[in-house]
Amino acid sequence: MANSTAGERPAVLRLQGISKTFGTLKANDGISLALAGGEILGLLGENGAGKTTLMNILFGHYVADAGSIEIGGKVLPPGEPKAALAAGIGMVHQHFTLAENLTVLDNITLGTESLLRMRSNRAAARVRINQLGNDFGLSINPDAVVSTLSVGERQRVEILKALYREARILILDEPTAVLTPQESAALFETLRRFVDKGLSIIFISHKLNEILAACHRVAILRAGRLVAERSIAGVSRNELAEIMVGRAIPQAKAEPQAVGAAVLSLRAISAGGGRVTLRGINLDVGAGEIVGIAGVSGNGQALLADVVGGVRKPFSGNMLIDGEVVKNVSARAVVARGVARIPEDRHAEGLIGDMSIVENVISESYRGRRFLRLGMIDWGKAKSFAAAIIHDYAVKCPGPDARVRLLSGGNMQKLILGRVMAQTPKLVLANQPTRGLDVGAVVYVHEQLLEARRRGAGILLISEDLDELLALSDRVAVMFRGEMSVPVARDKVNIQELGLMMAGHGLADGTHVDAA
Amino acid sequence: MRLEPRPYQPWLLLFLLPVSALAFSVITCSALVMLSGASPYQVLGLMVKGAMGTQFAFLETLTRATPLIFTGLAAAVAFRAKLWNIGGEAQLYIGAVMTVVLGTGLLPLPAPLLVPVLLVAAMMGGALVLALPTFLKTRFGVDEVVTTLLLNFIVILFVSMLLEGVLKDPSGLGWPQSKKVIAEAQLPKLVQGKRLHFGFVVAIAAALALWLIDRRAALGYEMRAVGYNAKAAHYAGIPVNVVLAKTALLSGGLAGLAGWSEVTGLKGNLTLDLSPGFGYTGIVVAMLALLHPLGVVASAIFVAAVFVGADAMSRTAGVPSYIAQVMVAVSLLSMVTALMFTRFRLRWS
Repeated sequence: MANSTAGERPAVLRLQGISKTFGTLKANDGISLALAGGEILGLLGENGAGKTTLMNILFGHYVADAGSIEIGGKVLPPGEPKAALAAGIGMVHQHFTLAENLTVLDNITLGTESLLRMRSNRAAARVRINQLGNDFGLSINPDAVVSTLSVGERQRVEILKALYREARILILDEPTAVLTPQESAALFETLRRFVDKGLSIIFISHKLNEILAACHRVAILRAGRLVAERSIAGVSRNELAEIMVGRAIPQAKAEPQAVGAAVLSLRAISAGGGRVTLRGINLDVGAGEIVGIAGVSGNGQALLADVVGGVRKPFSGNMLIDGEVVKNVSARAVVARGVARIPEDRHAEGLIGDMSIVENVISESYRGRRFLRLGMIDWGKAKSFAAAIIHDYAVKCPGPDARVRLLSGGNMQKLILGRVMAQTPKLVLANQPTRGLDVGAVVYVHEQLLEARRRGAGILLISEDLDELLALSDRVAVMFRGEMSVPVARDKVNIQELGLMMAGHGLADGTHVDAA
Repeated sequence: MRLEPRPYQPWLLLFLLPVSALAFSVITCSALVMLSGASPYQVLGLMVKGAMGTQFAFLETLTRATPLIFTGLAAAVAFRAKLWNIGGEAQLYIGAVMTVVLGTGLLPLPAPLLVPVLLVAAMMGGALVLALPTFLKTRFGVDEVVTTLLLNFIVILFVSMLLEGVLKDPSGLGWPQSKKVIAEAQLPKLVQGKRLHFGFVVAIAAALALWLIDRRAALGYEMRAVGYNAKAAHYAGIPVNVVLAKTALLSGGLAGLAGWSEVTGLKGNLTLDLSPGFGYTGIVVAMLALLHPLGVVASAIFVAAVFVGADAMSRTAGVPSYIAQVMVAVSLLSMVTALMFTRFRLRWS
């Protein structure tokens, strides 16, 4: 699949010295890049490395401070999305931009027809969509309403939308974030068919395995600069990771250890509200054990975290923490029983951006004897607690009185870790604990979780990142439409099977089917 | 040209904020005064003299500031928690109703007992008026801006009904007014022979108490947390609805005190012109003070001075006293605009 001759073919797209500065931040710094016809180019980089900015410049959403873009030898006028579209650039966004109440056909033709035309030519459009579907292996019913489609099918519609507009260069932004492993593999297969037909593709990702599986060549961005270009043939995962981060990364490793009595037991928990309902969840997390919960986003993981975190009362079933039933589920009740909660969304739930670090670190404990006397908060003690967390967890900040809004994502997460881990918890509830963090911060969070495990805490780790789950968890369960599979020991886990369960197969019986 | 968020709020700007807002409003009003054919220098001089120039004028300004401090604090404490209490007017009137119901002879108590009893009763009355919209908000998600605002009209009509009916003073020559509160209920004057009364001291004490709550108490911390990010507060285990209920009781109670202080300190009885919109002006006072309890005292005195000064000026200079409304409004608008510039800066691109 790797193609060393790709670089020698004529370039269809050429970026010359693209630079873009936001305030003091150099988002793009003199990036020059060429995309050959029939090539899949991976664009790899951490969050904030400048991938999205570069693509926004290419698509005409931003105007570069310096540099030029050529497509097929012609200079693209800057800041004109229409010109980019006309030149054959098609973008498939990470978050789909489909109207759910319209059909596939309507979504694809939307905006392609003149407003002044009285009758749209739907029959011709239908024929064309079917034709494109057959040619590229993206068959889909043009008359299906988008809200009835699965996530994988919706992505197909997004791609068809670009093809319908005669895109010759397809940009995919983190396309696998919402897919199961099987769906991802199918997507890569489709991409290869595209390039066989002469399309060129830019594949944006921060996941190394996907870059290796899908691309011919990879360009690596770090802090706004293009730091390396490599052919996929003969490049290793570790090499890519080091180039991306700029240094060797120690991998957190879970040593085997004995598992103690259950610190968290869920007995037939049902809870709900909104689109998903938790149905009869049973789960045990032992002391010194990490139980990982996998699943495609939106299958009830958030609800599970809310129940265990005490933010939502279940409507039936029991929750036992350290062997005792929690009668009145509330945030204070679970925190008082020794649950450390790392929330999914640092900004919306974890911290109050307009308050200081001091005010944020006491938000769970200000009612306790330590900080409260006669209804008055002892700010002196609170401040030394904050200073201790800043020191112990190496939080980079101007000082304990700084507003939390000013901190980076990684430092916010450290602050939350400090707040909840300082009480030597019995159970740690970590919901997407590394989402949006750079690799250094990810390793730090993983080490903290493993450290808590060594101290004998039970850990419930909910994550959409399978690599993370398989690296840390002792046992892994899958959630699908509000139900949970029986957790499987890590050494018995098979990625194929996990992927099938994430797509809803073989969950009801919970038996271990040997797919290999 | 576009707005770009600042990484931090410069303290110098925060200090210059009220100063520049005031300056801008003086310049704008000077232009208006010139349009009406008078000399801005003379008119502003007369206003300052009318508001602060003599002992009488200054005490009059403080007297006018007293209810504004109460209603300003009521708005400030509620707005901090993002409880949008627009119903200060209604709470003020129910506070006054409680005062005249209990204070016109029903409770024959000596002054040291009757004054605090009426104070508490007025607070409870005001708090009750805000309790209903807050319950509707927390239980059913009803927008409190609408309910508190509309309650103003309902309550004022209700008070009008009382004054034409059960509370009507039989010896009032048919006017819709209540009986006067008994002597034991009346607040002492602070200066012999002048109108400034003990209610001003209570207002200052209330501001100090709120400042202490805000800075030190768990309740102040909870109210701020709920105001900044209710979702995160809920996640941390702060009982958001309980905090909102406490905020409502405090806010409504403070507005109720404005009614109590006007009746027992100044007017003696309840009429329908007890408040020329103190409840609404309290919102302006709170916003001018950036919701800071001690700032409310300063901004209430400023707003009162503008009104008192304009009254005095219009008698001499012939410029309509409506200039006071313009001045306060322009100050508020420039304050709010300037506040935006402490958070954002302009970039020319």
